[in-house]
Amino acid sequence: MALRKRSRESKSSADSHSALEGESKTRALDPIVIPPGDSLETLLLSAGGPVEVSSIDIESETIDRLRDDGVELVVPLIGQGELLGALFLGQRLSDQPYSTDDRRLLGNLASQVAPAMKVAQLVREQQAEAKERERIHQELQVAALIQQTLLPKELPSISGWNVDAFYRPARAVGGDFYDFIELDRDRLGVVIGDVTDKGVPAALVMATCRAMLRAAALRHSAPAAVLADVNDGLVPEIPPAMFVTCLYAIIDTSVGEVVFANAGHNLPYVRTSEGVVELRATGMPLGLMPGMSYDEKIYRLSDGDVMVLTSDGITEAHNPEGEMYGFARLMGRVAGKTKDDDMVNVLVGDLEKWTGADAEQEDDITLVVVRKISSAEESASVFHPEHEKVLAEFSVPSVEGNERLAIEKVSVAVAPVGLERARLERLKTAVGETVMNAIEHGNRNDPDLDVGVQVRADGRRLVVRVTDHGGEHIPDAAPPDIEAKLAGEQTPRGWGLFLIEQMVDEVNRVGENGSHIVELVMNREGDA
Amino acid sequence: MSGDEFQATVRVTGKGTVIELIGTVNRAAKDQMEDAYGEATETPGEILLDFNEVDYINSTGIAVIVGVLAMARAENRDVGAYGLSDHYKEVFEITRLADFMHIYEDAATAN
Repeated sequence: MALRKRSRESKSSADSHSALEGESKTRALDPIVIPPGDSLETLLLSAGGPVEVSSIDIESETIDRLRDDGVELVVPLIGQGELLGALFLGQRLSDQPYSTDDRRLLGNLASQVAPAMKVAQLVREQQAEAKERERIHQELQVAALIQQTLLPKELPSISGWNVDAFYRPARAVGGDFYDFIELDRDRLGVVIGDVTDKGVPAALVMATCRAMLRAAALRHSAPAAVLADVNDGLVPEIPPAMFVTCLYAIIDTSVGEVVFANAGHNLPYVRTSEGVVELRATGMPLGLMPGMSYDEKIYRLSDGDVMVLTSDGITEAHNPEGEMYGFARLMGRVAGKTKDDDMVNVLVGDLEKWTGADAEQEDDITLVVVRKISSAEESASVFHPEHEKVLAEFSVPSVEGNERLAIEKVSVAVAPVGLERARLERLKTAVGETVMNAIEHGNRNDPDLDVGVQVRADGRRLVVRVTDHGGEHIPDAAPPDIEAKLAGEQTPRGWGLFLIEQMVDEVNRVGENGSHIVELVMNREGDA
Repeated sequence: MSGDEFQATVRVTGKGTVIELIGTVNRAAKDQMEDAYGEATETPGEILLDFNEVDYINSTGIAVIVGVLAMARAENRDVGAYGLSDHYKEVFEITRLADFMHIYEDAATAN
């Protein structure tokens, strides 16, 4: 079986296999792997050149194999003190022993091959690492995309309430989510949750859980029943060892009543005039086992109370000394005096102070803040220069005369703004004319079609938005010429658009999803 | 058509004829306005529109007034108005109605 003459090459790693098969007398060996800790490795590292197998007298399984395979000479390939591989040679084809010259030649060859091999090895490692980094990066992008697509695009705007939210994903994108579900005119569903695990799997579970919650929230009116339903739906779907913590609350915005149930999520805090209250309700996280039931509790928010919902990305954040932010500190910050609408900024700012501004964020950070504002504050808040507030939102059927109804409602809604009397009258006329146009031209006097009116204000502007179904609108006409009208050369009509433009500071008209929208803008300098 | 009630009554005074307008001046007021104007022209002199009891005038109401003014101009008849709120005075100025009719503060200054 052993060939008398052969030349062999192999190396210590099993991933390459080449042979010098010049003649039939030669054959290649299967790759020879020198196991870690084999004394041959130490010997080759210290040899300083080719080693004759016959001169080796150490105990080694590899040596035994080399002998069996008829290897005579081992030429180590060493780079930066590391054994990168070795050439294993059998008998010379000439049957002569290897001469000193042969060994020198092989030694020189090895000293040139080794660095090249080292470089090749490094390049391969780097390529593999880059590929892995790219894969992780892509996965994170997908996860982030899923998550951000499903988070609410805008905050609910409810008269008498201020709702704020903050979400900042960690680099590895955890499974935090929050949601607002407008159940009916007076009831707002608020969800905050956290999926264990990160990346795409967490994002997919988050998406599933969110969809289940939305569906269950419409089926059941009790938060406990919603969580129980979602739990049963999630158990068969969720990968093993994953679960979701989640708090679901329904706020009756007409009276401030909060009904809530909790599936193992951080407890919400409420800052009241008498201190901070924890809203406790117990329940197992979602997706662990079927048939769970959930506590349901009720809390009534008073004017000025602030409810704060958080994810554990806040409480479990560490400072450079390795200490956790913790519930006590969070509670302390919630209790502290903040500017009215600033709870999110105060908490995020304090968290950054704790972790250090440059620290890499360990987990997603999510905050939802719901504040019941007092009527005094409500009227004051429309003077805030940046926080826009919806003062009214209503619709009227497209029946001639309903523009008067719209005027009345807008007048009531803008009362807190304190428009100077003459400007209020101008606004009323502009609203009346705009709504009349919407009824007549936009909705063609179809009583089944509504004209939508929204009034909003910030410290700078008051905006009345009138929306119709986008029928025929009068194109921009030249300003009416009263002399031509009086001379009977023009119809006496055609004053509507002219009046609107004269009455307010700015008129914007846009078409949007088949609707026609007119925005009447009053700048607020000097008002109230 | 809530709030759209309109009434125009003609009253002859020592100095001219007054058309007393009540309610909402919009397109629905057209016929009554024209009838009242016709009645008012039976008496010579300036025709005065009394806006004291008017709560709302819209662009279609402006058109009705323009129509009456056009008729008056064709007949070289002066038209005046009083009892307008500051806002509607402004509207009459913006639309230049005020350039073609005398705007009086009240009945006393008009008469």
